[in-house]
Amino acid sequence: MPRDLSIKSVLVIGSGPIVIGQACEFDYSGTQACRVLRAEGIRVILVNSNPATIMTDPEFADATYIEPITPEFIENIIAKERPDAVLATLGGQTALNAAIGLHKAGTLERYGTHLIGADVDAIERGENRELFRAIVEKIGGESAKSVICHTMEEVIAGAAVLHYPVVVRPSFTMGGLGSGIAFDEENLRQIAGAGLRYSPTSEVLLEESILGWKEFELEVMRDASDNVVIVCSIENIDPMGVHTGDSITVAPALTLTDVEFQKLRNLSIDIIREVGVATGGCNIQFAVNPDNGRIIVIEMNPRVSRSSALASKATGFPIAKIATKLAIGYTLDEIKNDITQVTPASFEPTLDYIVVKAPRFAFEKFADADPRLTTTMKSVGEAMAIGRSFPEALMKALRSLERKEAIFQFPVDISKIDKAALLQAMQIPTEYRLQQVQKAMWIGADIDEIFAATKIDRWFLHQIDLINIRAKELAQPGELSLQLLRSGKEMGFSDAQIATLRGLKEEDVRKARHHANIRPVYKTVDTCAAEFEAFTPYHYSSYEEETEVRARTKPAVIILGSGPNRIGQGIEFDYSCVHASFTLREAGFETIMINCNPETVSTDYDTSDRLYFEPLTLEDVLEVVHAETLAGPLLGVITQLGGQTPLGLAAGLKAAGVNILGTSPEAINLAEERGAFGQVLMEQALTAPEFGMAASQMEALDIAARIGYPVLVRPSFVLGGRGMEIVYDDVALSSFISRATDITPDHPVLVDRFLDSAIEIDVDALYDGNELFLGGVMEHIEEAGIHSGDSACVLPAATITPAQQKAIREATLKIAQGVGVLGLINIQFAIAEDVLYVLEANPRASRTVPFVSKATGVPLAKAAARISVGSTIAELKSEGLLPNTLDGVAKGISVKEAVLPWNRFRRTDGRGVDAVLGPEMRSTGEVMGIAETFGESYAKSQISAFGPLPKAGTVFISLADKDKSSGIAPAKALLALGFNLLATGGTADFLALNGVLSHKVRKYSEGSGPMGERTIVELLNSGDVDLVINTPVGRGTRADGWAIRTAAVQRSIPCITTTAGFSAAVEGIKALQRGELSVSPIQEWLKR
Amino acid sequence: MAKAFLVLDDGRIFEGNSWAATGRTFGEAVFQTGMTGYQETLTDPSYHRQVVVMTAPHIGNTGINTPDNESKKIWVAGFVVRNPSTISSNWRSEKELEVELIEQGVVGIQGIDTRALTRHLRDRGAMRVGIFSDLEISRDEMVIEVRKIDAMSGAYLSADVSTDKPYIVPAVGAKRYTVAAIDLGIKGATPRALAVRGVEVHVLPFNSSLEDIKSVRPDGVFLSNGPGDPATMDGVVDLVREILIEEIPIFGICFGHQILGRALGFDTYKLQFGHRGINQPVLDKKTGKVEITAHNHGFAIKAPIDGVFNTVFGSGEVTHVGLNDGVVEGLQLLERGAFSVQYHPEAAAGPHDAAYLFDRFIDLMVKYPRKGGSL
Repeated sequence: MPRDLSIKSVLVIGSGPIVIGQACEFDYSGTQACRVLRAEGIRVILVNSNPATIMTDPEFADATYIEPITPEFIENIIAKERPDAVLATLGGQTALNAAIGLHKAGTLERYGTHLIGADVDAIERGENRELFRAIVEKIGGESAKSVICHTMEEVIAGAAVLHYPVVVRPSFTMGGLGSGIAFDEENLRQIAGAGLRYSPTSEVLLEESILGWKEFELEVMRDASDNVVIVCSIENIDPMGVHTGDSITVAPALTLTDVEFQKLRNLSIDIIREVGVATGGCNIQFAVNPDNGRIIVIEMNPRVSRSSALASKATGFPIAKIATKLAIGYTLDEIKNDITQVTPASFEPTLDYIVVKAPRFAFEKFADADPRLTTTMKSVGEAMAIGRSFPEALMKALRSLERKEAIFQFPVDISKIDKAALLQAMQIPTEYRLQQVQKAMWIGADIDEIFAATKIDRWFLHQIDLINIRAKELAQPGELSLQLLRSGKEMGFSDAQIATLRGLKEEDVRKARHHANIRPVYKTVDTCAAEFEAFTPYHYSSYEEETEVRARTKPAVIILGSGPNRIGQGIEFDYSCVHASFTLREAGFETIMINCNPETVSTDYDTSDRLYFEPLTLEDVLEVVHAETLAGPLLGVITQLGGQTPLGLAAGLKAAGVNILGTSPEAINLAEERGAFGQVLMEQALTAPEFGMAASQMEALDIAARIGYPVLVRPSFVLGGRGMEIVYDDVALSSFISRATDITPDHPVLVDRFLDSAIEIDVDALYDGNELFLGGVMEHIEEAGIHSGDSACVLPAATITPAQQKAIREATLKIAQGVGVLGLINIQFAIAEDVLYVLEANPRASRTVPFVSKATGVPLAKAAARISVGSTIAELKSEGLLPNTLDGVAKGISVKEAVLPWNRFRRTDGRGVDAVLGPEMRSTGEVMGIAETFGESYAKSQISAFGPLPKAGTVFISLADKDKSSGIAPAKALLALGFNLLATGGTADFLALNGVLSHKVRKYSEGSGPMGERTIVELLNSGDVDLVINTPVGRGTRADGWAIRTAAVQRSIPCITTTAGFSAAVEGIKALQRGELSVSPIQEWLKR
Repeated sequence: MAKAFLVLDDGRIFEGNSWAATGRTFGEAVFQTGMTGYQETLTDPSYHRQVVVMTAPHIGNTGINTPDNESKKIWVAGFVVRNPSTISSNWRSEKELEVELIEQGVVGIQGIDTRALTRHLRDRGAMRVGIFSDLEISRDEMVIEVRKIDAMSGAYLSADVSTDKPYIVPAVGAKRYTVAAIDLGIKGATPRALAVRGVEVHVLPFNSSLEDIKSVRPDGVFLSNGPGDPATMDGVVDLVREILIEEIPIFGICFGHQILGRALGFDTYKLQFGHRGINQPVLDKKTGKVEITAHNHGFAIKAPIDGVFNTVFGSGEVTHVGLNDGVVEGLQLLERGAFSVQYHPEAAAGPHDAAYLFDRFIDLMVKYPRKGGSL
């Protein structure tokens, strides 16, 4: 069936900010969708509030709306654009929920448009648990025994029937939000209470426990002719009980016979047909009882998912791209397989390699959070690795995570390791359970013991055992034979691991290996196990015989990606890498991407000329460099775009003789090493807050005494403000140092003067050695002290004077010159009492590059890549890549807001973690609002990030003493806007003194009053408060503030924790009340 | 681990480790791309005289169990894997794979670059191969040994794989039809697929006569899969023509399909490296639908893909086409009850998408009832 020619325009709904459970995989899928539709000559209208996406680049759609993804805003867009069809199956749960909202509001019907891919009925059948159960039963499958509940009474009664433990799953939430396993009634009340709240339909499902069963996922596609194919099978190494997003998974499934696999396949096909997903992809999850093979169908997602992205990268079958083609009418057999170029897409990929995906967590960012892995997803990113055997892929995946704890260790002295304790610990899944398993086996635990504790399939345990056995061989005293060295490499051991086992240095192992010419070859991901020739150079390494890297003649540039998403290093860096690849391809270079993050656009096989899916370690990168040097001319490696990961490799690469393009490792060091950077500032007569570097606790206290409290303390060389804190006295300083650092002369701690109530400024600029181009000057909405990644900011800066603007430009130029930047630099400044302080400089692409690029229309990352390979800013201006203005000019007023994952984390007692901003970055993603006025822009950003601000109702205010005076004006404004104000004692009295009337409410710690007056927490819980303003008093804050903020987060009530945010919110509410929230595509903004 | 060598007749040698039985073995090197189903592959008689290279790297994970055997023994001449599992982990497993291979004397090799080998076979075609895990001879001598063996073209293998004596697979439930299945190397899954549809299957030796067939009073005749070159099968081809004259409905798969094709007057040819896998897309020309199918064939029929062709048994047409390379994958006569497919509707291993073809065979027996009425 050829394509549906009645579709001339399509609205694509994106997935919004990166949150846990919904990350850049939807930029990958959405970008593919936009590309496919445009290639078909279809007008593409896109809505996505996330500026850090490739899909929201103006060239990927005809009209790109960086607007909130809510039915109301989308209705405005539909009214304006009148799309023929709406595609909502590629933007995750956010897009699907928006589509259901549009349907319920009658919008689609009103404007004569319709959903393509899956209609609302199919979405309902796939997502509504009762309907889905009926479908599973109808096709002869089995679901876990369960009860649907809408109230807590029904929940308690249901558990009595099913027996504990029971699984709680709220309907219509993503990433398993609000779900969990309850072992007793108290447990159940907590989990189901939250679940009922998170579910937009106040519905939870209670289910018999199938903890410990084997878990599988199948990725299925169907076309309009009812052809169905299974793209990929994925097996979870962590059995049932751990969310698949938090599990280590492997593709293909490895522990099923064909008979058993075909049962899963048949069920999948019957389900997709019965649910009625008209076209496109979906994934279906199964549990299999390891003792008898009983199969339970767990759930399906009637849309492209995180697993689809993984499956696409794992197989080379681009699910989102093909789903889009199917949605506009093509059938699978009409679509060519890009990789073979001759065979059709109507087939099932077959793998001659093993893929392992491992999750990356951020528990260290949420000190109080419960570390147990459950059915609520908690990981913030993932790494994927490919190898020709499971051990090889696993070892590569673990080192791709960039955490030393993740890499298997083989200690010589095992006397202090307690096997019983390990076996006990591994019964509860946590971040490093597989490492506990390996360690226990290393000290002698057998497979049956581990199986009893974890229910991890014995086959995987045996493979880990083989790794341990090989480690023992490698550690044998005597000469390391080349055969043994080779066998270690075949099993996936890194040079560093072998070095540790042999008591050598990593470089020595590498030298010996290279001397013996033991090097990896590069195989190709080709969808067909080599049955047909592959034309797409999508490679992975393995220690085997034959390499498939082809010779080339064009000069090539290697771009290092940013590895697994983590807090502080996410999609924004992938964005810059992708831009570099695009622009360098256009400029006539061959681009080679190295990355290991399966969610990203950078690891799409057609983003770059060549893709190496490899860990970002020095060893792995050096081997690719070697292979590509043999293949043809290689200019060098770009390390400044992928964040701290590639930046950290630059020095090692250079030392190994690799040419680093752009800013040199020496310059990087000048900016990152505080002493050297201080020297640069001094030479340029710039001011930094006073600071000192302490190698011991005593030194730290001395420095603090010298520069005065408050001080900001942190370990050196960090990203995302990890382990950073503002402390106000000696006690707090000492406590931080012993708690959060391993202070030594090699690992010094930085102590900075903290500028209270300063305005913080972020600058992204380009420098070519001669000329500076200031991309944008952003002003943070929160005062200095909130991590820049968590702070909302506005572009153009709102309160900066022209003189200050000039000073900022001059300082930026001096630093760029002084450091020796060639490409991008990001500098953070603070202005306090009209003094401009330099806080820090990062000679690399920053998190804000995509935001600045969207707000100004200037492709900073592309320009940086070109500067890296020798272009000047003047040339880029005459070429048109950079505008012919001195600096970037913001179009309209843009606000960036950070999105925080508070609702994902709980303490072990089941209560929420404290939702307060600080110098440590905790946000997972960001949104952008763009409008004519600050108020409107801010309101849009808040709606995109947290849901709408209230237009009327009750606002609760509780301010720390230091914040009280700056809270008067906005509180007064709220009263004038018709809001009812509540405040705790001190705040209420202070406001009254200043002429602002509020109702006094009881603190949580005061308990209910004698007349039954409710505390603020009770008021929050009963839904009587619409907005919370609560500013905290430093870390480890009093229980009251914490109770208020967590209650607000759990009830999804907007909660603002700074007075600057408070003022901005008032501006936003004004805009909302005026009904001014217009929508306008970025293309129109950029025309200005 | 002892060394072993895989030696191709064009002189390329892969060095690996000895696995399964030791010794030497020869055959035609073919690669199989299925990620599941190694046990079904091993016990499929169509792999007789073939050394099978598994492209999936880990083989043996689920061990061996009795119900999944497709015949009474392992037929492959040799087995080539990258990473054999040394344990089996599955609730149905009865034995480890290597133990079974040793018991049946199947020589294997492990630890070679199976992807390089597969690419070699893809580019240069299936070819003769030897595995040597007794190391008394030189590499040159190994190549000479390999070149001594017979090529698959011209190989007549039915006598090796067919049953000696007829046997009956009873219908499951009430018996509705009787089918005579000519055993050219039949897999157990085929009679099972018929039996569950109420068919009593009489499996007959490959050299049965028309009289032998008629003596079971069949409603239909099934032509099985099997090894060898279809060009050598003149005897069975003649038999099929006799059955066509008798107007007994015929269903052929794989080798049986090639034989029906020959009976209709078409030639067969050898494919470069064949189709061996469980992910092959086949288009049903009538419905326009694609089915994902299990394949195991090195030869194919030359027939016109489009339009209707004429045979001495009336007009016919190509019903199914392989979408990867346009190979004829199905045939039918339009005026008589005879059809065949090149692939495996019985799956085992592989997807069940084509199981409807057995229903089509039943429909044919309804449409063309046996002369003289049923029993």
